[in-house]
Amino acid sequence: MAKQEEYKFAADTSDYVLALSGSEASTAQKEKLSKVAHIVSLVFIYLFLVAMGIIIIFPFYWMIITSLKEGKEIQQMQQTFFPQVIRWENYTEAFKRLDFGTLLRNTLLVGILSTLGTLFTTIFAAYAFARLNFKGRNLVFAFLLGSMMIPGEMMVISNYISVSRLGWTSSSNTVGNFAAMIVPFWVSIFYIYLLRQNFKQIPNELYLAAKVDGKSDWEFLWKVMVPLAMPTLTTIFILKLMGAWNSYVWPNLIASGNRNIFLITNGLRETFSTADNPNDYGAQMAATVVVTVPLLLLFIFFRKYIMRGVGRAGIKG
Amino acid sequence: MESKNNWKAWLYLAPVLILLAVFTFYPIINTVYVSFLKDYNYMRGTHSGFTFENYVAVLTPYSELGGAMFNDVMKTALPNTLLITIITVPLSIIISMLIALGLNSIKVLKKLFQTVFFMPYVTNAIAIGMVFSVIFSTDYGIFNNLIGAQHLSWIYRTGQSDPVNYWRALFAICFYIVWHSLPYKILIFLGGLQNIDAQYYDAAKIDSAPKWKTALRITVPLLSPQILYMMITSFIGSFKEYNSVIGLFGAKGGAFDANTGPSSMQTMVFFIYDQVAKNNVHYASAASLFLLVIIMIFTLVQNQVSKKRVHY
Repeated sequence: MAKQEEYKFAADTSDYVLALSGSEASTAQKEKLSKVAHIVSLVFIYLFLVAMGIIIIFPFYWMIITSLKEGKEIQQMQQTFFPQVIRWENYTEAFKRLDFGTLLRNTLLVGILSTLGTLFTTIFAAYAFARLNFKGRNLVFAFLLGSMMIPGEMMVISNYISVSRLGWTSSSNTVGNFAAMIVPFWVSIFYIYLLRQNFKQIPNELYLAAKVDGKSDWEFLWKVMVPLAMPTLTTIFILKLMGAWNSYVWPNLIASGNRNIFLITNGLRETFSTADNPNDYGAQMAATVVVTVPLLLLFIFFRKYIMRGVGRAGIKG
Repeated sequence: MESKNNWKAWLYLAPVLILLAVFTFYPIINTVYVSFLKDYNYMRGTHSGFTFENYVAVLTPYSELGGAMFNDVMKTALPNTLLITIITVPLSIIISMLIALGLNSIKVLKKLFQTVFFMPYVTNAIAIGMVFSVIFSTDYGIFNNLIGAQHLSWIYRTGQSDPVNYWRALFAICFYIVWHSLPYKILIFLGGLQNIDAQYYDAAKIDSAPKWKTALRITVPLLSPQILYMMITSFIGSFKEYNSVIGLFGAKGGAFDANTGPSSMQTMVFFIYDQVAKNNVHYASAASLFLLVIIMIFTLVQNQVSKKRVHY
């Protein structure tokens, strides 16, 4: 009797165990299934990203290997994915034909002088908008932001008229030519906006403390605010330099064919303007490498600053 | 204190305001003014009265009615610009959103992918345009190699090839523009994705909604402010396309088979700068005002649409 009871009990518990393990199996299966689905979707995501990544990287890769190929190899019916003979002479040829020294000097001169001017005007204006109370502050600021909507082409036309009348476009006036490429770019509303946001984050207590210490507004700006805003100022500096490196339209109008005052992009386009000459591809791609690599180096070293500025860009397309 | 700060503030603002007055505000007004001048000589500043002729020359679709610039604008620049816009804006937004969604759902190698996808942003549009023109080269281009074609012309005509078919040239430039415009959009979308509250996803998980459904029903609507912003800015950007044309097709904007479409890839902005270089600043001014009006109309329309569709 007791034994029977025991058996029954045992049977009962085993039933329970069976039932339990049954439901356990089904949830485990479900989990496994969703895990599989998760892995499958991850695989697809990675496949997609790798495919897109290859499309993004490929032009860079093709630029570099073509810059090292011989003309003979470029003109094979089947293209090769790695140069059979590495021809460094493409680079010497590119440097020589570009007249790289002159282009670099011009671009750095224009880039650095226009950047320094911009930094000064931007610091002053951002300080006024962020820290000083004056009548019409919000109105003026809104007006400036609104003017960013106007297409730059409208200004280019009249600015070209203005600098022409000043004699800054005449080919004998080298100083004027450079002034025309620098002075109109001494102001940027977007960077004023960027720096003003940064200045506004600096706590008022610092300002009051500086006042107690008997510091003037001027000293406070240069001894406290500017050092604190260094990251943003670095961003402006880098983006502005990249802007000079990439500018084509305006210097092209100003130089109107005078190679001595070309900036790097004008020099690149003008040197390799002949349409389709495969013999030239090696040197041409070497020249594009020479123009592209400094930008990529800037990106590698100042990645944080560049992405910060670009991420907050308002009008830049 | 108040009055003292007043003049001080204007002193701090003076450099910016003077420069803006000379190089931004005056030019805007002057460009409008010049666009209505007859026989304007920009060096001497002389003209013979006011006229609408510049607008007629630039905008009339019939050369018989005084459309002197008919071939350059109505037959070339405007169709090119519109086609580039219609093709590249939606395409680049969709692709960049897919990439951003992908990047947002992975952890391993995320940084590496982000860096790779940002690379096209830090390049020189003209230098990379030249690279694309080598890739699409007629006789020895890797693109022809990959699709198994021979002597198919995309950018330039060479000895053994047919003249460039317009639609192939359009494909090449759109490919390049989309490639070049992805990084910025990915960056903005990733920023938007990171700001989406995790609560929404937890709720979707409890409802055991499939991943694609979560993306379509939750992520995309919550990204709508970024999508609208991208639509407006990339629309304006693609209406101002210029450097990509110079990079890919050279300083003349290419030469295509006129039987297949416009005979070059010159865009509206290309036309404007070309006219400035040719000293026809009155035509350039009229065209730039036309550009301004189009940009404003589209921005307004998109703003109206967004009031109904965007979830903030």
